[in-house]
Amino acid sequence: MNVQATSGFGPAKAFSVGGRSYAITDHTFDVVVVGAGGAGLRAALGASQAGLRTACVTKVFPTRSHTVAAQGGVAAALGNMGPDDWRWHMFDTVKGSDWLGDQDAIEYLCRNAPAAVYELEHFGLPFSRTEDGKIYQRPFGGMTTDFGEGPPAQRTCAAADRTGHAMLHTLYGQSLRYQTEFFVEYFALDLIMEDGVCRGLMALSMEDGTLHRFRAQRVILATGGYGRAYFSATSAHTCTGDGNAMALRAGLPLQDMEFVQFHPTGIYGAGCLITEGSRGEGGYLTNSEGERFMERYAPHAKDLASRDVVSRAMTIEIREGRGVGPQKDHIFLHLDHLDPKVLHERLPGISESARVFAGVDVTRQPIPVLPTVHYNMGGIPTNYHGEVLAGNPKNEEAIVPGLMAIGEAACVSVHGANRLGSNSLIDLVVFGRAAGLRCQETVTADASQADLPANAGEAAIARLDKFRHASGAMPTADLRLRMQKIMQTNCAVFRTGEVLEEGRKLIKAVWKDSGDIKVTDRSLIWNSDLIETLEFDNLITQAVATVESAAARKESRGAHAREDFAKRDDKTWMKHTLAWTDDAKRSVKLGYRGVHKYTMTDEVSYIKPKARVY
Amino acid sequence: MVQLTLPKNSQVTQGQSWPAPTSPKGEVKEFRIYRWNPDDKANPRIDTYSVDMGDCGPMVLDALIKIKNEQDPTLTFRRSCREGICGSCAMNIDGTNTLACLKSCDDVKGAVKVYPLPHMPVVKDLVPDLTRFYAQHRSIEPWLKTTSAEPKAEWKQSPQDRAKLDGLYECILCACCSTSCPSYWWNGDRYLGPAVLLQAYRWLIDSRDEATGDRLDDLEDPFRLYRCHTIMNCAKACPKGLNPAKAIAEIKKMMVERQL
Repeated sequence: MNVQATSGFGPAKAFSVGGRSYAITDHTFDVVVVGAGGAGLRAALGASQAGLRTACVTKVFPTRSHTVAAQGGVAAALGNMGPDDWRWHMFDTVKGSDWLGDQDAIEYLCRNAPAAVYELEHFGLPFSRTEDGKIYQRPFGGMTTDFGEGPPAQRTCAAADRTGHAMLHTLYGQSLRYQTEFFVEYFALDLIMEDGVCRGLMALSMEDGTLHRFRAQRVILATGGYGRAYFSATSAHTCTGDGNAMALRAGLPLQDMEFVQFHPTGIYGAGCLITEGSRGEGGYLTNSEGERFMERYAPHAKDLASRDVVSRAMTIEIREGRGVGPQKDHIFLHLDHLDPKVLHERLPGISESARVFAGVDVTRQPIPVLPTVHYNMGGIPTNYHGEVLAGNPKNEEAIVPGLMAIGEAACVSVHGANRLGSNSLIDLVVFGRAAGLRCQETVTADASQADLPANAGEAAIARLDKFRHASGAMPTADLRLRMQKIMQTNCAVFRTGEVLEEGRKLIKAVWKDSGDIKVTDRSLIWNSDLIETLEFDNLITQAVATVESAAARKESRGAHAREDFAKRDDKTWMKHTLAWTDDAKRSVKLGYRGVHKYTMTDEVSYIKPKARVY
Repeated sequence: MVQLTLPKNSQVTQGQSWPAPTSPKGEVKEFRIYRWNPDDKANPRIDTYSVDMGDCGPMVLDALIKIKNEQDPTLTFRRSCREGICGSCAMNIDGTNTLACLKSCDDVKGAVKVYPLPHMPVVKDLVPDLTRFYAQHRSIEPWLKTTSAEPKAEWKQSPQDRAKLDGLYECILCACCSTSCPSYWWNGDRYLGPAVLLQAYRWLIDSRDEATGDRLDDLEDPFRLYRCHTIMNCAKACPKGLNPAKAIAEIKKMMVERQL
């Protein structure tokens, strides 16, 4: 491989790989944001407002990002519907996290949540309204008052059941006011690292196949989760955790990957999301005996218990033969007792989804639902400024200079072992904003940047070329399906040592077989065969990290429910898992990091662990 | 006689027929799909695929994904959420612009004909170039504009005023409506088209917005607004059941009302 200048002046260069020349275009920015969902757009907005030259690199047009599919709402203790306090929100989030969340970060989230929601409203987000014209808030799972002692809180700010759509379109519109330069349908390939510092990013323009090398003072990964590692997920096809995988390839660890949230109400078969807001508005679950079984599992919160609790209860009901349908393999969600006016006003989107994807008229029939993979609590470890942690055992708080991560891609960790519904949308905007503020504090606009190493980006192009010309025996779709089925079977709602051990072997075999992958389309223009292959390659390392992390954690906490270790074990396991992967050796290394047992300020004290009962 | 030359790539040729599935579990449905690859210099073609519907999800998107996974990985289309909210998989199916993820195969009699959104430049196969559409959306300045001092909490809005945004804010920018509008086909460079005008009205009618006059000034133009001839293809095409033509009519009414 060699590098040569293709022209006597200017930055244009070309890499020659396998006898093929790949021209690259160089760009220099202060900040490069990867991803244009809620977190990425909010961070890009903040960096641009701060006068920093900002690029936003995204593989889909911003309003196609998966934030668009969020339904129920965004949590913030505004107190529009009754008394509320951000400290109550903090308590609920800590309890929801099963004490794996870092309490300084959770304080930052809940304390800043109301301002973040008012900001969205000022940006124009069309929230539903109360009679006195305030933002409408609905009850959501695990959200309570008075530190868990009081009645359910109405804390989740909603725009009907299309809150994510309203938020994403609002943020996109707002971002057009500023000078963020969008690189739309550019697929991020890899980070450019130099001596442990992130210097930039390589990306492929899907439209014309050109390669782009971004040099930046900060790269912010806002690339979302990797739900598509599983067979049945509410996640979009594009949720492939590309940023997580780039971090792994850069030699950085991912944190708490064993914690995968199953949403209780994905539509049976199709997997499409039915918002928890449907239960917030009064919906309930029944088994084949017509019993409202959640009353047995969570006598206090019932159908509004935390998601992990409800998903486990549903799984047990099905396992014990009380599932509904001819195969007795799912559960009913009833909305048919609700006032049609409420359905029309507050839940129009899911009423439509149920009709299209389940053939159900929600005013008369229950919706067939099943726990479905929905959210990754794990991701790139960061502090509450969004700065990525290096995973240094000698200094757990050491950061990777130049690199930040936010949103579902990041693990701050505010969600710990289980995220509460409507805490993800608030996570996006609070930490998106935090990242922008951190850039404002720590980046000088237009500061001169050292030249990149001459071979910067070479490895990324070699990887691209390898897959583009891959002519093995196994098509990407076959390998992907194998991975998804294994994850679905061997790393599900309930786990045992035996099933996880089998999963380790099976998923590693897929990882190994991916050396024999086959790509058919050789073009560089909108080659979605190649893009899906790069995405699969991203997914498989995360899948392996997930199974390995899960097999190692011998306790039950939040979404990680081990039947062979049914209790939470704070003494041994109140710590974050870190997982590194080595693609060449096909191996995973695990490490651990302490949970922050302190708050950000002294205005609230550390919430001590106790039994988690709903 | 005047010699007319057809535009480049306007003649679509007969493409490849892929083998039908052996021992299918259900009905075998034919999909005739528009293919165009910018890398070869050939004209677009129609490839024919046969899909075993007994082993396939119900929607056209399910069939396209099945074809891509199992028969022809080079088939190129956009997709993401598969539940009708991201707007990626807009295309022309059975003669109508719609979202592939919401269109049931059963709703199509006989072979399913799939083309890219009409009258847009094609990047590859079913992927249209929407650059101009997005630029037009940007031109209406789709954000809340206020001049009053910002409140500490939210701007107040009554449920009645909020209800005025229903039927507007749900737009997913899929471009099904605009690319079904003959007026937009003809004057797409100057006419904003139904999707963008629906968005324009969404901000005009928002009780919190304080730039109504400026917004109307910006639309007061024989082409930007007034190329709507109430053909109503937009309302027919919209996969979200919205009515852009009505929004355009409301803008025209606002224009008249401010003259009085």
